[in-house]
Amino acid sequence: MKHVVSISDLSKKQILSILKRAKELVPVAKGKKKSKSLDGKILATCFFEPSTRTRLSFETAMQRLGGTCIGFADPSATSHLKGETLVDGIRMVAGYADAVLLRHPQEGSARLASENSEVPLINGGDGAGQHPTQTLLDLFTINEEMGKMEGLNVGMLGDLRYGRTVHSLSHALAKFNNKLSFISPDSLSMPSYVTDDLSCDWSSHNSIEDVLNDLDILYVTRIQKERFPDLEEYKKVASAYVIDSDLLKNAKSSMRILHPLPRVTEISTDVDGTNHAAYFRQAFNGVPVRMALLEQLIGGKK
Amino acid sequence: MSDNLMRVQPIRNGTVIDHIKAGRGRKVLDALELIDKGTTITLLMHVPSKKNSSKDVIKIEDRELSASESQKLALLSPGAHVNIIRNFVVAEKNVAELPESISEMAVCSNGNCISNNERGAKTNFNIINDGSLSIQCVYCGRKIIENNIEFI
Repeated sequence: MKHVVSISDLSKKQILSILKRAKELVPVAKGKKKSKSLDGKILATCFFEPSTRTRLSFETAMQRLGGTCIGFADPSATSHLKGETLVDGIRMVAGYADAVLLRHPQEGSARLASENSEVPLINGGDGAGQHPTQTLLDLFTINEEMGKMEGLNVGMLGDLRYGRTVHSLSHALAKFNNKLSFISPDSLSMPSYVTDDLSCDWSSHNSIEDVLNDLDILYVTRIQKERFPDLEEYKKVASAYVIDSDLLKNAKSSMRILHPLPRVTEISTDVDGTNHAAYFRQAFNGVPVRMALLEQLIGGKK
Repeated sequence: MSDNLMRVQPIRNGTVIDHIKAGRGRKVLDALELIDKGTTITLLMHVPSKKNSSKDVIKIEDRELSASESQKLALLSPGAHVNIIRNFVVAEKNVAELPESISEMAVCSNGNCISNNERGAKTNFNIINDGSLSIQCVYCGRKIIENNIEFI
């Protein structure tokens, strides 16, 4: 494993090994144990588009392991605006750091960057493309919450058409033989280029009530206003896919709700205090998972 | 003398592309940018064929098809025959075979793909041939079916 551009770059064995190490690193991620496994190592974080969770959790991961970060959170302060190409920028940054984390608004940017990086390149999201570390932390969360990540009924709700997290996660969950239920309005349904490649059982639904009582995991995504030409239509659709504590009376008590965050109105705040809410633990899990990945890529000592 | 030979004279030097999928000849001419190069070109369409019911044939005078042109041809019409003619004799005979990947040959249809936005970026596609033919962008993963491929 040199670069991590797409979750499909990782074998099942590599995924399991990262998740296992992430579990061991939880006390370090919480600051209860100290580690120097990445002492002296530098991660370059290159954000050509803003991100809060991905950037902060990578910076935390690096620092908890004794490493440091350089980089930028906003391209307006870089030579990118002077017309520098991505490839030139990456070649330069690769000379300054032990690994590069890239977030970029265009699909395929991470693959192109990886072809030109001497050091490991991690894709922190490329447009509507891939976001493999999100998938790793989603898998880790499912495994932590359910004690396993195979043979589960996983529902995905919301914007399944444009949501890159649900595309990658579907592929990964299929590898581990889970059953997937896709719940969305027709206009935002899971694209066939994703479902065509799924090797597991899956089904599509318009209504959450159809499947809710069977689900072990409900993965909720935000329905974005920009996807709708008409504000009225957006409000109608968005309000039909809201999860609240009332609705959850029909769910299994062990059912857990995940969300890549930020959420807006799709999960009512009255869910936060219930056993179902796992999304804030999920956000924390980004730290140990990214620590484990960084250790494997930059080769820190245990 | 058969009807086919009566239609067109043999060429002295150049390339005869035979067994092109019927109706695809014009697309091959466009994709290989054979028109406007000053060479004499003959396009025969819907010629009766023993192998299939009909085929297209292109004869290009004084120009031998390159390897990368043969790859393009394979995408448009797998199984087409490329005959290189020297002094009225078939000097080389090849069947256009699909490569595993193509570089700098087609454009990604995803406007937000980095290959369409980065100065100097090359395009790269893997060929997918699972019954139907398509190409997949190495960068953004977009799949483009055979009929929609836009060649550079």
